[in-house]
Amino acid sequence: MKGMLHPAPARVDAGHGARALATENSFRTGILSVMLLACGLFLSGASEPASAAAIAPPAAAAPPDDGQWTMPAKNYASTRFSELSEINEGNVKNLQVAFTFSTGVNKGQEAAPLVVGNNMYIVTPFPNIVYALDLSRPGAPMKWKYEPNPEPAAQGVACCDVVNRGAAFANGRIFFNTLDGHTIALDANTGKPIWNTHIGNINIGETITMAPLVVKGKVLVGNSGGEMGVRGWVKALDAGDGHVVWTAYGTGPDKDVLIGPDFKPHYDMDRGTDLGVTTWPPEAWKIGGGNMWGWISYDPELNLIFHGTGNPGPWNPDLRPGDNKWTSGIFARDADTGAAKWFYQWSPHDLHDYDGINEQILLDMTWQGKPRRVLVRPERNGYLYILDRTTGEVLSATAYGPVNSSKGVDLKTGRLIANPDKRTGTGKVVRDICPTASGLKDWQPSAFSPRTGLLYIPHNNLCMDEEGVEVNYIAGTPYVGMNVRMIPGPGGNRGAFTAWDVSAAKPAWVLKENFPVWSGTVVTAGDVVFYGTMEGWFKAVSARTGDLLWQFKTSSGIIGQPITYRGPDGHQYVAILSGVGGWAGAIVSGDLDPRDATAALGFVNAMKDLKNATTAGGTLYVFRLP
Amino acid sequence: MRRALAMLLPLTLALVACQREERDTRPQSALGSGEQPTPVTTLEPGGQRPSPTDNKAASFEANAFHMSEGKRLFGWFNCSGCHANGGGGMGPALMDEKWIYGSSMESIHATIRDGRPNGMPSFGQKIPDDQIWELAAFVRALGGNAPSSAAPQRNDDMMVHPSENRLPDAATLGKSP
Ligand code: HEC
Repeated sequence: MKGMLHPAPARVDAGHGARALATENSFRTGILSVMLLACGLFLSGASEPASAAAIAPPAAAAPPDDGQWTMPAKNYASTRFSELSEINEGNVKNLQVAFTFSTGVNKGQEAAPLVVGNNMYIVTPFPNIVYALDLSRPGAPMKWKYEPNPEPAAQGVACCDVVNRGAAFANGRIFFNTLDGHTIALDANTGKPIWNTHIGNINIGETITMAPLVVKGKVLVGNSGGEMGVRGWVKALDAGDGHVVWTAYGTGPDKDVLIGPDFKPHYDMDRGTDLGVTTWPPEAWKIGGGNMWGWISYDPELNLIFHGTGNPGPWNPDLRPGDNKWTSGIFARDADTGAAKWFYQWSPHDLHDYDGINEQILLDMTWQGKPRRVLVRPERNGYLYILDRTTGEVLSATAYGPVNSSKGVDLKTGRLIANPDKRTGTGKVVRDICPTASGLKDWQPSAFSPRTGLLYIPHNNLCMDEEGVEVNYIAGTPYVGMNVRMIPGPGGNRGAFTAWDVSAAKPAWVLKENFPVWSGTVVTAGDVVFYGTMEGWFKAVSARTGDLLWQFKTSSGIIGQPITYRGPDGHQYVAILSGVGGWAGAIVSGDLDPRDATAALGFVNAMKDLKNATTAGGTLYVFRLP
Repeated sequence: MRRALAMLLPLTLALVACQREERDTRPQSALGSGEQPTPVTTLEPGGQRPSPTDNKAASFEANAFHMSEGKRLFGWFNCSGCHANGGGGMGPALMDEKWIYGSSMESIHATIRDGRPNGMPSFGQKIPDDQIWELAAFVRALGGNAPSSAAPQRNDDMMVHPSENRLPDAATLGKSP
């Protein structure tokens, strides 16, 4: 199952866990002193010499852990690393269920729960119900719930199950998006709506599935709809009253994309006027995708936000000759004005639905002897990129799994070298393209531990056959133009969990999974990594070796994002939503028919047996030590 | 006052007399309107009555030409974008035995024409009525509900599933991909 490819780097000193505990509120001092003692014992026993190769998130983007979980990515650097260490490699095998909660919705549960003070907040897939649970009372009873009642018709224009990737907390408010295109602010204490802004139009196929990010009093939200000919955008809404402060489109003239005098892309291919128009056939940019339904990171020192852009539409590349700017790329923007600073295109003239919206982890590291501010991106096209986040320069791009759709990245021009043998087009069937449209990795976010220097990547191992077909644009209906059928990748395991040594640019270890690993992951200062499988196993593995330490079978397949927090009793908890679905699990959550290889845009062909492995569900599981 | 009323009375009577029911005493059966409501349930208070049938349904159902036209339109109007080649995606599978709104020609026709609340668009303004009937005939073929002598045969394109005239039974599916 697992191969040790590279020795794990030494762990850093034990200071982390102790510091986190020392900042704990004093009202739980009794339990706390006992805990400090226990943790102190463990940590001093386990501590090793500090590793010299410092690689860590910038402090401003990853402040000391307060034991809460206020945004899905944990912090602005998007590390999904917790400094809590009560649960560790030694005792994680004793984890047991603290409480469970049924969301009442049997669709794909991709959201990360949030924990703020004594409350936990979860947002369900459509109909996007928000629950607040009171963690200070036995069994964590419901404190309030809010039902936004989105339009049922929105379900028909959501490309890949009716998921929601979570809410965000800031200033006493919970912010979340609904499938039918609303961003809503709730009073975190009472659940009363404060504002509700309608920004997406389902009649042109627009939906919202992403988790918002709150930066400097602005709620950042992007749209979904790359399979419906929807023009992508990111909007900044005022956190106070919900009005739209700025909108940055993913295609079109420079002024719509918020490209101005400050825009300095690193590579020639991204320089020029109105490339968002001129790299398309006439008018095609208006229905060209470039949606932003994934993750945003923020660097407070540079005052930049970083976000990707989705695939160009339609999928059939013959229908849109040109580089199709600014799709399948990444923008750095001024956090206040949205003005673009730089852009880099992962997949110019994308051939295979390689959306560029995955998470970017902000790290400071030494690169070829020099300190660099980088961002690390495990990209859908199969490469793990390290970019200089001040300029957008690609420092390295290394395949982290099987890739044959391209032959690497030209570091001089920055350009992906497409493999002509795997070029799709109208009227021909191209076989065995790896990775698939769902990518070597899709939305499922990875986690980085500064203690190991490893990035923990949940991902897929799939290949596909593609055939371009003609397609008509009819607003509000799909605009894809591609028959796709997916198959398991080399080795037959359809998923993998890879620990990637960022400095060495190679894997430390790889765990094979039967189904795609469509869940997120979290890593802790206890050197434990948590993730879930589509069969429903919730697993804890060693952050250093990948050894399986503990697993628990939940009621349905897991595609959610695990989190860990310190409860009101001072103890560490781990939470995960179980409930299969998403694009990979649509065969179960949408009850699709496996006789059609192209069902769910071809994903069903690779998941024919999922219906025998799990059933739909929607349950929160929370674990703690006895 | 009374005089005025007395004069109004015959006038009203005359008007009422003008509002006679208009009806076509010899409807042409082959030109059904497709406009009659189609129930989405078989539960009917007071006992089940035969559901209304449209004469058009019979002339389109199980007709090889109409089904192959329906198959072409299924791609043309992006039905395939949401329902794939019958296995489903954004919309439900159409090739299985599970029907939310009924499997009759009339029900499927009504679904396509009027839409359905959970995301099925209404195509009544986009697709001429005859073509909606052709689509309905093809949707029935997708579900294996058309005679194999008439259902569409092999695709020229990627083999997405066995052709409609020889679809395997859902129960005999292989377990692994
Ligand atoms: C934008 C996506 C979308 C498009 C385009 C679309 N459908 Fe649908 N369709 C749906 C959804 C979603 C449902 C389920 C509606 C519900 O449950 O209320 C549905 C339901 C149906 C049903 C009813 C199935 C049942 O079990 O009763 C039929 C039949 C159908 N569609 C046929 C078509 C045809 C034919 C076309 C092309 C003319 C088409 N659809 C285009 C999304 C779509």
